[in-house]
Amino acid sequence: MRRYTVLVALAVVFVAPLLWALGTSLKSQTEATRVPPTVWPAEPTARAYGTLFEGTTQTPVLRWFANSLIAATGQMILVLVVSSLAAYALARLEFRGKRVMFGVIVGTLLVPGFVFLIPSFLIVDALGWLDSLTVLIVPGAAGAFGVFFLRQFFLGLPRELDEAALIEGANHWHIFLRITLPLSKPALATLAVLSFLSNWNDFIWPIFVIFSPDYFTLPPGLSILQGAYTIDYPVIMAGAVLASVPVLILFALTQRYVIEGISRSGLKG
Amino acid sequence: MATLTAKAGTARATTPVAWSGRATPYLFMAPYLVLFGVFVLAPAIYGLWVSLHDWDFLLEGRPFVGLDNYTALFDPASAVYGDFWMSMRATGVFTLLSVPFLVVLPLGVALLLNRPFRGRTFFRGLFFAPYVLGVAVVCLMWRLLLDPNLGLVDWLLGTDIAWTTSLPWGWVALVGVTVWWTLGFNGVIYLAGMQDIPRELYDAAKVDGAGRWAEFRHVTLPGLRPVMLFVVTTTILASANMFGQSYLLTQGAPGGETRTAIVYILQQGLAQYKMGSASAMSYVLTLALIVVSVINFRLFRGRS
Repeated sequence: MRRYTVLVALAVVFVAPLLWALGTSLKSQTEATRVPPTVWPAEPTARAYGTLFEGTTQTPVLRWFANSLIAATGQMILVLVVSSLAAYALARLEFRGKRVMFGVIVGTLLVPGFVFLIPSFLIVDALGWLDSLTVLIVPGAAGAFGVFFLRQFFLGLPRELDEAALIEGANHWHIFLRITLPLSKPALATLAVLSFLSNWNDFIWPIFVIFSPDYFTLPPGLSILQGAYTIDYPVIMAGAVLASVPVLILFALTQRYVIEGISRSGLKG
Repeated sequence: MATLTAKAGTARATTPVAWSGRATPYLFMAPYLVLFGVFVLAPAIYGLWVSLHDWDFLLEGRPFVGLDNYTALFDPASAVYGDFWMSMRATGVFTLLSVPFLVVLPLGVALLLNRPFRGRTFFRGLFFAPYVLGVAVVCLMWRLLLDPNLGLVDWLLGTDIAWTTSLPWGWVALVGVTVWWTLGFNGVIYLAGMQDIPRELYDAAKVDGAGRWAEFRHVTLPGLRPVMLFVVTTTILASANMFGQSYLLTQGAPGGETRTAIVYILQQGLAQYKMGSASAMSYVLTLALIVVSVINFRLFRGRS
């Protein structure tokens, strides 16, 4: 019983801030600035959401939402495709230079990401990608995590099916598409969710490579929103809710995958 | 690895080479290698090159200056010295303050969850939930919660502390918000580690009449040693890499005291466009992190 008391108390600490943000987004502006603060709106109103969705040229919030969705989905697909191909080669094929390649790829997992930011900025500038959706999708897909994660999973798959197929004359492309990928659905789902979450939440990269409001995603957009609606807290919190609800729903639906994926790859890393 | 190679060898022996061309593995690798080369390898090398130049993004001439950008960081008379080391200090302070909480508290939460009971998955999901939110959302929410005039925190505590603009409260806010945000991550890693500890060890401890505490000290903790090394290492690195909280929650206040090294480096490099100097700083910081990681590994190995 004591366990439950502690757990519930902790749960309140973890959930209350989220509920409070939701509550604030449903308050009128006067109620949001009332002292002492009300915990839950006395007269709930959707006014803040109306203002938020209506947007302005400086704060096209629905466009940011769409950008976030496009960038996160685009990068997720790119990561799944390139990582699974490379992971298949690293797990199943023998070739010259394999050990070195794998070593270098995994080695970069240990290098803190900020080291790459300044030169990456210069590279995407040279490619003419600054201030576009491309810059939010492509460079981030080069991370080594997906390759490492899928390779570990592929190594654990039985080889008998591959070998039988090889004897029957299948080539590696067929085996990859018809045996390895179908057997790897849980791992691919986990990687898809993790990739989506990290892109959806990314803040540090977009604030430096995006300049026009039309290409912002929600996380950097929230900063602009804060500047534009300084004391209209319900609108600002409505923005925070808009940025959280999709990932919280995604997490609720895929909790097991996400947590197992993170804890397993954590332990093996 | 040896067994795998051997297995692949037999597969090749039983089936003729015809099933795959020599190029096959490289074709599988190619799409990823292109991305990796352009956006990971090239930046790693290009950054070093940039750091050897007086590289201002907005200016045409980018003269080679050798190690000047590096020596300036260690020269008290240079323009960047004061701010750079203040930001390194902020990173150090934040790491020292946050790591103990981020290592110990999740362990407690994992212990609470490490027995089968109703609602276990639910609570695990709940504690993990903040981690799936982005730093932008988390900081926006907490800025309002910690507002000295309108915030719920001061009202609940009956205080009027300026959490985000004064010291030492700025550190309390940064550490507290970070713990709230990321506790679940270390928690689920501990939990997975605990579930890998063989049940027999606990049964044996019970037979020996060990209490809860003895069980924790002599079975759980030793069993978690590798996991602990992973958690401590990644947490130190994550804390030393802290950016968003300093940038958004305290905005470096007061007077740049809580501005971390990464915030300073990126402001210099990507907002002021002094890329040569900022690149040099990022390599110095990386070197410092490598040294810390090595010391950490040594300490763990020494104790075992």
